[in-house]
Amino acid sequence: MKIKSILGAGLVGLSMIAGSAMAESVKVGMITTLSGGGSGLGIDVRDGFMLAVKQSGNKDLSVVVEDDARKPALAVQIADKMIQSEKVDILTGIIWSNLAMAVVPSAVNQGKIYISPNAGPSQLAGRGCHPNYFNASFQNDIMSEGMGAYANKTGLKKTFIMAPNYPAGRDFLNGYKRFYKGELAAEVYTKLGQKDYAAEIAQIRASGADNVFVFLPGGMGIAFMKQYAQSGVNIPVMGPAFSFDQGILKAVGQNAVGAQNTSHWSKDLDFPGNKTFVEAFKKEYGRLPSLYAVQGFDTASLILSAMKKASIKDTDAFRAAIKEADFDSPRGKLKFGNNQHLIQKIYVREVIKEGDIYTNKVIGVALESHQDSYAAKCKM
Amino acid sequence: MTSALFIEQLLNGLQFGVMLFLMAAGLTLVFGVMGLINLAHGALYMVGAFACATVANATGSFSLGIAASIAAAAAAGAIVEIAVIRRLYTRDHLDQVLATFALILIFSEGTRWIFGSFPLFLDVPELLAGPVMLPGGIQYPLYRLAIILVGGLVAVGLYLLIAKTRLGIRIRAGESDRAMIAALGIDIRFLYTVVFALGAALAGLAGALVGAIQSVEVGMGEPVLILAFVVIVIGGIGSIKGALVGAILVGVVDTMGRFLLPQFFQIFMDNVNANSVGSALATMLIYILMALVLIVKPKGLFPAHG
Amino acid sequence: MVNLSRENGFNFLLAAGLLIIPFIAQSMDEPFGITLATRVAVLALAGVGLNLALGSGGLVSFGHAAFFGLGGYVAGILAHHALNYEPIMLSPFEINGTTEMLIIWPLAMLVSGLAALLIGYFSLRTSGVYFIMITLAFAQMIYYFAISWPAYGGEDGLPIYLRNTFPGVNTMDPISFFLIAYVILLLVIALVHVLNNSRFGAALQAARQNDERLSAVGIAPFNIRLVAFVISAMITGLAGALQADLLKFVDPSALSWHMSGEIMIFVILGGVGRLFGPVAGAALFILFESIFGGMTEYWMLFLGAVLLIVVLFARGGLVGFIAGKARHG
Repeated sequence: MKIKSILGAGLVGLSMIAGSAMAESVKVGMITTLSGGGSGLGIDVRDGFMLAVKQSGNKDLSVVVEDDARKPALAVQIADKMIQSEKVDILTGIIWSNLAMAVVPSAVNQGKIYISPNAGPSQLAGRGCHPNYFNASFQNDIMSEGMGAYANKTGLKKTFIMAPNYPAGRDFLNGYKRFYKGELAAEVYTKLGQKDYAAEIAQIRASGADNVFVFLPGGMGIAFMKQYAQSGVNIPVMGPAFSFDQGILKAVGQNAVGAQNTSHWSKDLDFPGNKTFVEAFKKEYGRLPSLYAVQGFDTASLILSAMKKASIKDTDAFRAAIKEADFDSPRGKLKFGNNQHLIQKIYVREVIKEGDIYTNKVIGVALESHQDSYAAKCKM
Repeated sequence: MTSALFIEQLLNGLQFGVMLFLMAAGLTLVFGVMGLINLAHGALYMVGAFACATVANATGSFSLGIAASIAAAAAAGAIVEIAVIRRLYTRDHLDQVLATFALILIFSEGTRWIFGSFPLFLDVPELLAGPVMLPGGIQYPLYRLAIILVGGLVAVGLYLLIAKTRLGIRIRAGESDRAMIAALGIDIRFLYTVVFALGAALAGLAGALVGAIQSVEVGMGEPVLILAFVVIVIGGIGSIKGALVGAILVGVVDTMGRFLLPQFFQIFMDNVNANSVGSALATMLIYILMALVLIVKPKGLFPAHG
Repeated sequence: MVNLSRENGFNFLLAAGLLIIPFIAQSMDEPFGITLATRVAVLALAGVGLNLALGSGGLVSFGHAAFFGLGGYVAGILAHHALNYEPIMLSPFEINGTTEMLIIWPLAMLVSGLAALLIGYFSLRTSGVYFIMITLAFAQMIYYFAISWPAYGGEDGLPIYLRNTFPGVNTMDPISFFLIAYVILLLVIALVHVLNNSRFGAALQAARQNDERLSAVGIAPFNIRLVAFVISAMITGLAGALQADLLKFVDPSALSWHMSGEIMIFVILGGVGRLFGPVAGAALFILFESIFGGMTEYWMLFLGAVLLIVVLFARGGLVGFIAGKARHG
């Protein structure tokens, strides 16, 4: 204990000698999913975040990472620990909407800043928005809103839509329906975690739809895409990026080629920040980055850029500095809306094979600078 | 609704049932012969899938992968039986539940340690890829037909094994009277290891077959395990015949429920609510089925002797 | 050998230790220690409930998460309605939400008890493995219902923004909330002790060991078991309500079969049928989780190994290890 505090004092002393005006140390608590189902997402967020920290060389930023195992109860407990014992200034890291809803409202009300590196439940974007809550990823509905808009653009008239029967699943289908103007062939809700889609694929075959919109994250999407490819049904499949991201494509392979998906980022976007990010990530971790890695990277970059401009002690100034987002993101220049969620461009990507690797390439734009549909309800 | 769609859904239910049978057969065999309740059966399913994916990716041969899945699951089963399970035969069910629950934790986290958290790639072999045309104009994935076939063969094979072979006689003897087979001078410890490994091999095979069309990931065995338990409780624990009937019943009821219930509720209410209520009820349907069966027949449809 | 005084001494140490820890944590400015101690008290209470069915009655319920989760949802739903000023139902008469723990607790116990009455009525006709499986299946049914029913958040769960209230106590103060949970835990343990030593307890013991003998003296074992199952569920349901307030959140994972397994683990680690077994078990579990959880992502692997060793080689659990073999066979 003693040695640690002396060392800490020494570091503070050093940075004061270095003379940086804003050399206030900032402690970030990252609660993310590193074990159990869906841990690939948490690992990407963490790695993206750490890459930005490493690149910055900023010694005043310290990070504690803990695994929530995708359990809300555990996430709440870790948040308590980080706030009460570790005395962190900023919290981040949560992957899942339900965990975010368990942790975020109480954390921001205790005066902690929270930056979401993934997931944006509608409650926190609308009436429940908060000056301490920033979303560096996406509001849940925007990807499927983009897909709905794109379906109109390309003249699709009859869509079969499907998602697991849980709140995020209904949000995604509602997002699609909000923008899509055509007719629905059917609206199907499956069991959360379901792995066999034979019954649903049979319905798709019989539906006479001209496209299929699915939101099936993680293993559910892998299972669906493989079975769909085997079924001989050739109605085009579309969905939000989550079912077609780097980690998933590795497991789906050939079966996903040609699937269209909407995303706020793609590896081939022509921004200076993107090229350097993709290269650096590949070099550091030996794999291609996913959109989760980008979101983690941007979350860290937001904190680092704010540290250059304001002291964490001055909460108002620090929040304003975060909102400026003064850095080159892999997504171009980030811009926050009134509810502190990003106003972003939604791209349409297609799954391709590039050498031996399955990945995505941008084929169009679904929505230019799109703000989520809940922002108007936010009184901020 | 066309009859083609209806028949296709029945086939889907049958295929799902056959897959459940592969899982349930091992569970019910182990219970029938050794009186052991094994929660870790789902872990062996996962071992099979991971072994198949690893070998198939390394060699490019799906058949080798299947062989590896059977071998790996059987080996894992035998090791676990010798190291842990055989100490549990004389214990009560509580100890068995807990020890095998502990095994799930060890298997899952161990697999994650070795293979990481991302799902592995495993695809249907070229030979069985794509759909075939069935009589009546029904297009159906060839691979799913193959699963139905494999399941049927395993069912016949198990029947022959138990009815016609020496091993089968010993297994039946073990089911009815444990003291007797010891008196017959049969090495009961070895018999138990073989039976356990056989059940494990079937689970591993199921894992590999299903892994190719679903996803190969840590924790994949748990939902299947619970369904397999529902199957053997409905069929009568310890009865292979019960496992077969129960598996197909559960497979068909679950598939048809998912398909028909939302449509059924659309008669009374608007589409959105009907879909929501219908699919919520569909997820509970097999548990309701199980409760109904147990009210009428507390020992399942085909109660095993003793 | 049975060593009663040793077990009593250990129980006293456990109870005293659990009481002191939060105050030490407070004085060391480590308020998280209070949260951990409160978790131990709440989870131990859930275990005490299961222990009554499992240890005293020999009913291996693999579905106690159903009651734990239901209790939690009662607390969550009542608070949700109270905070939104929406009545729960209007006809035939108006029912409003509440944030009064003194109303929430009896209701949580009532709902869990009714569920147990229904589940027990069907499950207790079976025995052995069938009983284990059918309790699991009923719990799964409720779990899937909770996930797919959108009204109370479904999979996302239900946040309780302000902890429910108790007259004269500031429940948001960690120590005060700990004391509430602690006092309930001790009261319930005392109640279970009285119950076990009553005629009912004797009948339950007898039903576990020998059905026929009990029927011969004119007591229906089914009824005895059902009552025990219902009481057991009510205790676990109360723990669920406290857990919801501790986390200020309730979600379907409280109903999952992993939760059933965990409650069972508390009982086993401590010692089946021991009065303070669940307290020892929950304390061990939380200690394990906070020590190894911080060190490795794979801490569940070690939990599995420890659990296996306890089941195979240390059947009495922690209490058994310290105080010798169980009193009753």
